Amino acid sequence: MNVSRSQCNRKNVEKKLSSAAQARPRVAPHIAVLPKSGIRDFFDLVNTMEGVISLGIGEPDFVAPWKIREATIYSLQRGYTHYTSNLGDLKLRQAICKYFQKRFGGKYNPNTECIVTVGVSEGLDIAARAVLSPGDEVLYHEPCYVSYAPTVSMAHGVPVPVLTSAKHDFVVQVKDLEKAVTPKTKVLMLNYPNNPTGAGMTWEDKKKVAEFAIKHDLLVFSDEIYDELAYAERSPSIATLPGMHDRTIVFNGFSKAFAMTGFRIAYAVGPHDLIDAMMKIHQYSMLCAPGLSQYAATEALNNCDEEREAMREEYEQRRNVIVKGFNDMGLKCFMPRGAFYVFPCIQSTGMTSMEFATKLLEEEHVALIPGSAFGTSGEGFVRCSYATAMDEIQEALVHIRAFLKRHKCI
Amino acid sequence: MAKATNKARILALLKRNARISAQEIADRLNITVEKANSIIKELETEGTVRGYTALISPEQETGTRAIIEVQIQPERDAGFDNIAQRICKFDEVVSAYLVSGRYDLHLEVVGNSLQDVAHFVASKLSTQPGVKSCATLFLLKKYKESGIEMDKEEGHERLKISM
Ligand SMILES: Cc1ncc(COP(=O)(O)O)c(C=O)c1O
Repeated sequence: MNVSRSQCNRKNVEKKLSSAAQARPRVAPHIAVLPKSGIRDFFDLVNTMEGVISLGIGEPDFVAPWKIREATIYSLQRGYTHYTSNLGDLKLRQAICKYFQKRFGGKYNPNTECIVTVGVSEGLDIAARAVLSPGDEVLYHEPCYVSYAPTVSMAHGVPVPVLTSAKHDFVVQVKDLEKAVTPKTKVLMLNYPNNPTGAGMTWEDKKKVAEFAIKHDLLVFSDEIYDELAYAERSPSIATLPGMHDRTIVFNGFSKAFAMTGFRIAYAVGPHDLIDAMMKIHQYSMLCAPGLSQYAATEALNNCDEEREAMREEYEQRRNVIVKGFNDMGLKCFMPRGAFYVFPCIQSTGMTSMEFATKLLEEEHVALIPGSAFGTSGEGFVRCSYATAMDEIQEALVHIRAFLKRHKCI
Repeated sequence: MAKATNKARILALLKRNARISAQEIADRLNITVEKANSIIKELETEGTVRGYTALISPEQETGTRAIIEVQIQPERDAGFDNIAQRICKFDEVVSAYLVSGRYDLHLEVVGNSLQDVAHFVASKLSTQPGVKSCATLFLLKKYKESGIEMDKEEGHERLKISM
C-alpha cells in the first residue's frame, strides 16, 4: 500500500513538472526568439569546402605586430598573471585617455570615464544593460553589424532599424531617424566607419545627427572600432560636438586597428554616471578584462603607431584595387571611406545576394557574405572583405569576373 | 601623420617587392599605369633606385661570407673615402659601410671557400695602404636580410568566414 501510494505521488509530481515545463519554457522567451545568425547554413557550407578564397572574413589578415606579442610574453615572464582593477589597469586607461586627447582633443578622465572591456562586444552589451529598461527603444542603422539588434533584445530593449541606402552611400539620414523616433526611444547606435558597407560619416553628417540626438534627448552609442581605418577625411568623434560628451559612449578597441581580435580587448569612454553603471555589470559578470591582453593593449597604444599606420596604408591600397576591380566588371561599388569592406551592388545579375554568394562559392570557390545577412536593406549587395592578401584579392576578382561571364551578366 | 606622396609610396612598394607590376602599383594608388611607370623611371634616373636584386635563401647561397672589421688610417683631405672606394672595387666586397666605434669600415665579403676569403683578406685587403688591421668574422647562419626573415612563421589559421 505504501509502495503504491509513493508511486502515485511520483506520477503526480511528474505530471505537475511536465505541465510546468509547458507553461514555463526552459529557454527564456526573449532569447528563444533571437534568430540564430541567418546564414549559419552558408557558413557551414564555406567551412566544409577546401581551397576557398575568402573575401568573407571580418578580421585582419595581419598577425598582431611583434612588439605587442613580445610585450605579452614579457608580461608573462614578469608574472603579471593576476586580476587587474575592475575598470582595467590604470596604465592602460591613462594610455587610452591620452590617445583620445591626441587624436581629437577628446577629454576623458582615466579614473572615472573609461572602462576596459572584453572586446567592443562586451562594451555594447553592458552599456545596453546599463541604460535600457524593458520596452525602451534603440535606433540603429541598417545594414549593420549582426550583433546590434540581439544585444538590445537581450537587454530587454526594442531594436528599431533605420534603413540606409546606396543613394546616400549608406550614411544614416536624419529625416529617416525622425520617422523612427518615438517617446520611448532612448538610444541611438552609430557605427561609422561601417561594417558591412565601408561607409563613413563626414563632420557635417555628424553635426546633423548630433542635433537630432540633442533634440530628442537621446543617448548615443558610437561604435568607432574602425575609426583608425579611415581613408578619407578623418573627423573627430561625434562625442566632441557641443552637448554630446554627456550623452555619448564611445566604443573602440584593438581588434581591428592593431590586428588583435584574439586578445579580446577594447574600451568604452563616456560620462561618469554611464561608465559607472556599466562598471557595476562588468564587475559582477566579468570582474576584469584579461590582464595579459591589457598589457598587450598598453604596448599597442604607446609604441605601435607606425605598425598601425603601415597596416592602414596597405588596406587603403587594397581598397583601391578591389573597388576598381568591381566597377570594371560592372558591379557598382562606391569608394568606402573606412573599415576593410566593400559593398558592391549585384542587382544587375538578377540574383538575390544569397543566390549570388552560394553560386559563387559552389562554382568558383570564392566566399563572400550576402548583404541580406546584415539586414533587409543589405539585399542586392554583397560584403567583400579586403583584410586578405593582395594576391588572393586579385585571384578572387578573376574568379568573380569568370562567374559573371558564365552567367551572361557581362 | 603627414600623408605620404605617391613617389614615397611607390618606393616603399618596390622595397617590399621589386617585381611588383606597374599595373598593380597603379591600381593600388589609384593612378594610371603611365603615371606609375613615369614615377618608377624618375626614381631610377635620379638615382634613388640604384638597382634590383634577389634575396636568396641560405640553402641556395653558394660561397662563404664574412664580415670584416677594418681599421683605417684616414687621409688628410679625403678622410676614409678614397681608401673605402678603392676597397669597394673588389668583386669580393658585396657591401661596405663606414661605422662609428671600435673600427672604421664594416665590409661584407664573399668568396668560394674559407681559404678564398682568408686569402683575399691577407693578400688584398690588409695590404692596402692605410689599412691598419682587419678582423674577420665568418658568417655561420643567416636569419634575416633586408627585412625578410629566412624562416617563415608558420601559417596562422583564421576562420574562413566571420561577420
Ligand atoms: C562594427 C563592429 N563592432 C564590434 C565588433 C566586435 O569587436 P570586438 O572584437 O572588439 O568585440 C565588430 C567585429 O567584427 C564590428 O565589426
